[in-house]
Amino acid sequence: MSADPQSLELGVPPRLTFPRWLALIVAAAVVWVAAYAYLTEFADVVVAAIGLERGTHFAEAVHFFLYDTPKVLLLLAGIVFAMGIIQTFFSPERTRALLSGKRLGVGNALAATLGIVTPFCSCSAVPLFIGFLSAGVPMGVTFSFLISAPMVNEVALALLFGMFGWQVAALYLGLGLAVAIVAGYTIGALRMENHLEDWVRAIQVGEAQAPDGTDFGWVERFEAGWRHVKEIVGKVWPYVIAGIALGAAIHGYVPEDFMASIMGKDAPWWSVPAAVLLGVPMYTNAAGIIPVVEALIGKGAALGTVLAFMMSVIALSAPEMIILRKVLKPALIATFVGVVAAGILLVGVVFNTVL
Amino acid sequence: MKSIKVLGTGCANCNATLKLVEEVAREKGVDIQLEKVEELPEIMKYGVMSTPGVVVDGKVVHAGGIPDRAKIAGWLG
Repeated sequence: MSADPQSLELGVPPRLTFPRWLALIVAAAVVWVAAYAYLTEFADVVVAAIGLERGTHFAEAVHFFLYDTPKVLLLLAGIVFAMGIIQTFFSPERTRALLSGKRLGVGNALAATLGIVTPFCSCSAVPLFIGFLSAGVPMGVTFSFLISAPMVNEVALALLFGMFGWQVAALYLGLGLAVAIVAGYTIGALRMENHLEDWVRAIQVGEAQAPDGTDFGWVERFEAGWRHVKEIVGKVWPYVIAGIALGAAIHGYVPEDFMASIMGKDAPWWSVPAAVLLGVPMYTNAAGIIPVVEALIGKGAALGTVLAFMMSVIALSAPEMIILRKVLKPALIATFVGVVAAGILLVGVVFNTVL
Repeated sequence: MKSIKVLGTGCANCNATLKLVEEVAREKGVDIQLEKVEELPEIMKYGVMSTPGVVVDGKVVHAGGIPDRAKIAGWLG
C-alpha cells in the first residue's frame, strides 16, 4: 500500500507495513515501560535542576506535578491506544446483533459490558437508540447500553487509575456497570414502550446496509489505535494538566480535612444526594471533571460521594436529555433520570458506609 | 456525476466530513452533487446507527467518525 499513487497524489503519508507497525509498537512499549519505571527519578532530577530545596511546600508541589503529569499521560496514551484497537473489533452493528432478542437480565449485563468496548459518541445516541429497538433489542437492554457507553469509558478509567490507583478505577468500573445494569433492568421492567414518541414507533428503519465496520486488517487496527490516541489525548491533555496542577497545589498547601466536614465520611446524610443533584446540570467529559475530583478527594471528601458526583456529571446531562427528548416522552425521560440518579445515589451511600 | 449524501444531525464530525468530501473532490477535480441529510427519519431509512454516515449513489459506504482522505478518494473513483 505504501506506493499507492493515489494517496501520494493527495498528500497522504504512505502507510506503514505490518512489520513496521509491530517494530514501532515494541519500541514504544519499551520506552513506555522504562519511562514509567523512572517517574520518581525524573521528578527528583528536574526539581534538583531547578535548584529547589526539597521539603518546602513549593518544592513538594512542583515534585508532585512533575511526577504525576508524565505518569497520567503515559497511562492515558497506553490505555487509549489499546482501547482504540479493541474498538475495531466491535461496531454498533455487531453489538446490536449480539443483543437482539436478549432477555432482560442477561441482556442488560451484556449490553452494559459491550457499552465499554463499542465505539460510541453521544451525538449519535438517537440513531443508535432507534436502530437497537428496531432490530429487536428490548428497551431496557438498550438503556443499559446507553448508560454504560458514555459513563464507563477508557478516559475516565485511565485517569482514575493514574491519579488514585487501580483500586479506584476498578471500583468505578464495577459500580458503573452495576448502575447501568440495574437501571436498564428497572426501566425495562416498568414496560414503558408506549412512552416512546409516536414517530419513533412508526419509523421505517432501513435494512442495516452500513458496512459492518469490523472487517479490518491489523495495519488498520493499529492505525485506528493511533488515531484514537491523537484524538483523545490531543483533546484531554489540558484538563489533565489543570487537574494535576490543582492536585499539586492542594498537595502542597491546603489542609487535608478542608472538605471533610461537608463531603467527608462523617458528613451529614444529605451530602451524597446533594452531590448527585449538583452533577445533573453540569456537563463535561470525563477529563473535565477530573480536576474537580482531584480537588475534592485531596481536601478530604469521601470517595463514595466523589464517585457519585462524577458518575452523575458524566451519565446525566442536560444536553443529552434534550437529544433523547426527541425520542422519549417526558414521563420516560423523567423515569430514566430518576432511576439512574437513584442507582448512583445508592452506589455513593453504600460505598461510604462499607468503606 | 456522483451523488454523495452526508448523514448526521449536525455534530462537529458531520460538518467536518462534509467539508472533507468537498475538499477531496475539488483536489481531484471530480464533479459531485453533495447533500447534507439532517432529518432523523431520513437518516434512519439508511439504517445508519453512528453518524456521520456517507451515502454514495444511494449506497451506504461509511458510518461513524470522520473518514480518511484515501477512503474518500476511493469513493470518488
